[in-house]
Amino acid sequence: MTIALFVFYVFALVTTASAVMVIAARNPVHSVLFLILAFVSSAGLFVLLGAEFLAMVLVVVYVGAVAVLFLFVVMMLDIDFVQLREGFLQYLPVGALVGLVLLVELALVFGTQAVETAAVDMPPTAPPGVTNTEALGSLLYTRYFYLFQTAGAILLVAIVGAITLTLRHRPDAKRQDISRQVHRRPSDTLEVRKVRPRSGI
Amino acid sequence: MSELFVGTIWPLFELVLLTLLIVVPLLLAVAYLTYAERKIIAAMQLRQGPMFVGPYGLLQPLADGLKLLFKETVIPTRANKGVFVAAPIVTFVLALVGWAVIPFGPGLVLADINVGVLYLFAVSSLGVYGIVMAGWASNSRYAFLGALRSSAQMVSYEIAIGLVIISVLISAGSLNLSEIVEAQARHGWYVLWHFPMFMIFLVSILAETNRHPFDLPEDEASLVTGYNVEYSSMAFALFFLGEYANMILMSAICSILFLGGWLPPLDIAPFTWIPGPVWFALKISAILFVYIWARATLPRYRYDQLMRLGWKVFLPAALLWIVVTSGAMVALDLLPK
Amino acid sequence: MSLALDRLARTLLWKELVQGFALTFRYMFRPKVTLNYPYEKGPKSPRFRGEHALRRYPNGEERCIACKLCEAICPAQAITIEAEPRPDGSRRTTRYDIDMVKCIYCGLCEEACPVDAIVEGPNMEFAAETREELIYTKEKLLANGERWERELALRLELDAPYR
Repeated sequence: MTIALFVFYVFALVTTASAVMVIAARNPVHSVLFLILAFVSSAGLFVLLGAEFLAMVLVVVYVGAVAVLFLFVVMMLDIDFVQLREGFLQYLPVGALVGLVLLVELALVFGTQAVETAAVDMPPTAPPGVTNTEALGSLLYTRYFYLFQTAGAILLVAIVGAITLTLRHRPDAKRQDISRQVHRRPSDTLEVRKVRPRSGI
Repeated sequence: MSELFVGTIWPLFELVLLTLLIVVPLLLAVAYLTYAERKIIAAMQLRQGPMFVGPYGLLQPLADGLKLLFKETVIPTRANKGVFVAAPIVTFVLALVGWAVIPFGPGLVLADINVGVLYLFAVSSLGVYGIVMAGWASNSRYAFLGALRSSAQMVSYEIAIGLVIISVLISAGSLNLSEIVEAQARHGWYVLWHFPMFMIFLVSILAETNRHPFDLPEDEASLVTGYNVEYSSMAFALFFLGEYANMILMSAICSILFLGGWLPPLDIAPFTWIPGPVWFALKISAILFVYIWARATLPRYRYDQLMRLGWKVFLPAALLWIVVTSGAMVALDLLPK
Repeated sequence: MSLALDRLARTLLWKELVQGFALTFRYMFRPKVTLNYPYEKGPKSPRFRGEHALRRYPNGEERCIACKLCEAICPAQAITIEAEPRPDGSRRTTRYDIDMVKCIYCGLCEEACPVDAIVEGPNMEFAAETREELIYTKEKLLANGERWERELALRLELDAPYR
């Protein structure tokens, strides 16, 4: 048990420290890299909780795909961040207010949960012997089927929307028709003729 | 005290020992994979390949390694030092951690976790970071362009690989790699059932590991070897080892998912005499041969062709195959319970 | 219709890929065209122009008579000769240097020589680590002549009908 506890503290420490570094790092690329570290170590925490499916999905989706795009964007930006940070403090009151509101909300949520557990409709815990992949699947595809499908539909709409917003047909762009190129045969375009000297074709 | 030793320290020690038991042969395999690559490509180009160091050039990988080891480590002045140094380490470590869940034989696995496939998928999706970090930290145009190409390419082909894996998972009914192999003992190898997916997987792992004909990130002609231009000495060696270890890892995944892992081709006498890990190694070698064979045969893809293949050909094909597979399994009542 | 089907089949079955892979696989088993160089070497023409050598007559007398024709004809001006009469009255070189770094291995010295003294031998493996080693003195050239004499004589004999 001591080792598990030790590992938990290591992961918790790394997660918190890298989360702090995300906002403290001067270089935005470093921020994103620390964000990735935070993701990975929280995946480690998930594994410790026995939720290995969630852990892997966290890594695959957030670290493997989303954070790569973040990193892309931040690396391509060529902004003087020192200049951007000037006057940072004048937003402090607004920021503090937002932070305070969030803190109060969190306190309310967990406070009520702690006082009466019945207030929150807890999902049934998986019976022992069922892997949590199976448990999640049987929950998502039975009890929350419609919600799950709705979420999928919303994502689909978002994809289509993003594509239609960015897709432009440029009439002057030259495109490659691969199948036409591949299926071109010498006989279609080439003719071998015998040319007599000094006569031309 | 003895309880502490038996209960805590000995298992840790055992774990380290088992890890070394995997890592050391793996690094040896990486070294000789480079030798095999040079020899096979040489043979296909009617050359001799390395012949000078040792008999038939067998000591060439060691000579190469020593050469890299004794070279000077150069860190460019304008490079971002921390990230620059971390990048090859990330690449190398990620190439090794995937091996934790690979079953070499029945029960022969370091960590027999239930989400083995997802773990491998997660590790391979992390692989892009080493390259992106290297490209960005080098503060060099070529390296950065290489990193951009690489990350876009790896993210695209991961999606195709993920969908291909899903059709195997549907047939096997498990995310555990050992169980997937055992399912193939009952169903026959999945290469028979999912042959088109096997081919897609094979091509996608070429792209995923940045190998020919999809090695645009390290395109010598246009990017002077891309993301690792600025690296020298051990840092470069780590990238190199990482790339080849990744090739072997991907081949191992491929043979587990499609070629029945440690299973012999036929469950009859002469084949069953050979132990499982040997079959596994043979299958990995066969796939690695295809890797090298492709390098000797095919010219490099253009980048838009690469993206077109990934998104417009492989992705729809893999999706269609999932629909067909699951439809057929439901219709014929073959779903694993 | 059948054409479309044919094309479809060709694409889906990766016909061209398979053809390419089959070709490289076949080539793998062909005999190699390269040599295992330091241990195997290709044949050389008798006219091969390699490292220089100064020859002697069979009785041990050096051939060179210090006519300086080679020095005159050398396009790279790589040859330096100084000469004076020997005690026995014959005119011989006291210094015969070839700067192998300057030499372009054109073979004109060999062509100019009236007594077949300076020749370019078949040896081409005389790389050195310093420039000094590549400035050949008379002693070095004569030693080369002694080392390679059998082969030098043979190649002169083989080439003689064509001169």
